[in-house]
Amino acid sequence: MPKDVTDVICPFCGTLCDDLIVTVSDDNKTILGVKNACAIGAEKFNHQRLPGRVTRPRMRQADGTFKEVSYDEAIDWTAKMLVKSRKTLMYGWASTSCQAMSIGHEIAEKVGGIVDNCATVCHGSSLIAIEDVGVPSCTLGEVKNRADRVIFWGCNPAHAHPRHMSRYSIFPRGFFTVKGHKGRKIYCVDCRYTDTAKCADEFIQVQQGYDYELLNAFRTAARGEALPDTVGGVPKEKIIEIVEDLKQARFGIIFFGMGLTHSMGRNHNIDIAINLTRDMNDFTKFAIMAMRGHWNVTGSGQVLGWQYGFPYAVDLSRRDQARHQTGETTSVDLLNRSEVEACFYIATDPGAHFPVDAMISSSRKPTVTIDPHIQCTTEISDLHIPVAMVGVETGGCAYRMDNVPIETRKVVEPPEGMLTDEQLLTRINHRVDELLAKGGA
Amino acid sequence: MEKKITLNMITCRTIQQGVGMEAGKTSQKYFDACTIIHMHADDMKKLGVWKNTNVKVTSSVGSVIVKAVETREDLVPGLAHIPMGPWANRIVPAYTYSTGEPCFKGFPVDVEVAANAPIMSSIDVLKDACGLLRK
Repeated sequence: MPKDVTDVICPFCGTLCDDLIVTVSDDNKTILGVKNACAIGAEKFNHQRLPGRVTRPRMRQADGTFKEVSYDEAIDWTAKMLVKSRKTLMYGWASTSCQAMSIGHEIAEKVGGIVDNCATVCHGSSLIAIEDVGVPSCTLGEVKNRADRVIFWGCNPAHAHPRHMSRYSIFPRGFFTVKGHKGRKIYCVDCRYTDTAKCADEFIQVQQGYDYELLNAFRTAARGEALPDTVGGVPKEKIIEIVEDLKQARFGIIFFGMGLTHSMGRNHNIDIAINLTRDMNDFTKFAIMAMRGHWNVTGSGQVLGWQYGFPYAVDLSRRDQARHQTGETTSVDLLNRSEVEACFYIATDPGAHFPVDAMISSSRKPTVTIDPHIQCTTEISDLHIPVAMVGVETGGCAYRMDNVPIETRKVVEPPEGMLTDEQLLTRINHRVDELLAKGGA
Repeated sequence: MEKKITLNMITCRTIQQGVGMEAGKTSQKYFDACTIIHMHADDMKKLGVWKNTNVKVTSSVGSVIVKAVETREDLVPGLAHIPMGPWANRIVPAYTYSTGEPCFKGFPVDVEVAANAPIMSSIDVLKDACGLLRK
């Protein structure tokens, strides 16, 4: 008889919804249905049972086709590539568990790799700003229970974090927010009238690329200084009115996303948003939070942080010290300058999400991609090693966007004989040890 | 009516892109969600392009064929949007201003009608750029 697995953690976005109910077949092999998940989360579980899934490693041949190889051959090839290369880009990690990351970093230390995660093309700018000025943040539980002014700035949770609004930020009733949506005032600042803006009480349309100016105007208004007539397309009166309302908040929160990190100004946009938050704390309690997108990208930042002191783009190629310099050790820049000798991608798809020039550079290097499914990067890699889906076919620790660690659950068995990220990386690690003991590849 | 118009391009996630991505990078859902350019009705009129017609979008780094659709999430005239994916990234400048972040939002593109040009698949659009496409 099919059975329900409750309290399943969704492995898609940084919201890490923890209330999913997944119906699995009697033999624990097939997912029959998913409840409570958003459209994207449900699709993630449904993909597990799609026919045509690759279950064994594939090596690209000279004619461009792929040939099935054994896990042993794939592990040997990967270890040799890592040992031979003096500088390997080890990018990804956002869809795997913290345990797997830890093993990956051990390999990186031995072979002199550069460990980078998806923050590099996502919230990397935010991390630079946080390193510069700190961050007054909170947990999502505090938002749910306390926040009565919510600002979405350059983010669109209706599309990117579909259940964020119903679980934490707009609709839920909390301990001090018993009226739910009615007790909160929602602002949305964006260059488009997004679906999130449609849920907001007030939409502020900023000209694309003028976020820094507008945030600066908010700070100016909060201090009661003079403003020009319009800033970034927003009239002075509106800015003053909003700031005065924010000062009346009991608890305010700014959620920001790619609209700030990808636009001109990058880290400076976040820098000034954090400073606005700090200023607002002169009047009331205010916090700010990055809308981390990719599932466990926060976890990768945490693990790298406690191991090496930097949250992404950690260069271990000098062996005795960890270095981090944005623009130098960040993936896209390394690929742009063709500075790495090999690429090792895990739990990510740079082929779909890196600018094409970086991928042209990547395609000319020996490449291994570890991912459960066929995707853009696997098709231009020399070797594709399929693994079990973390959060679906194996458990492991993941961090939510507010830096809360959550232990994910295994729901179904992976296809027979398929390794998990942890098992695969452990075996690669052993093979690297053997090769290094012999004096190289 | 003009032959070519210059727009400010942003690339973002859409929920359709997310669902398509999880359904598989080679799935029809992903193709349908990502091979489009959202344009304002005024810009479509200016260019003289019908809804659901293929257009060629060219930036400083390259060009890509996608389908012009009228925006659901309102854009201002002059602003255009392609959902993130290998098609959008064919035209995203890789320069990062030393931050590690490429220019995913806010770069100029030229849009021209290319009604009969075919749209490549997700794998082909990447392979083509990398010189790995076998004809």
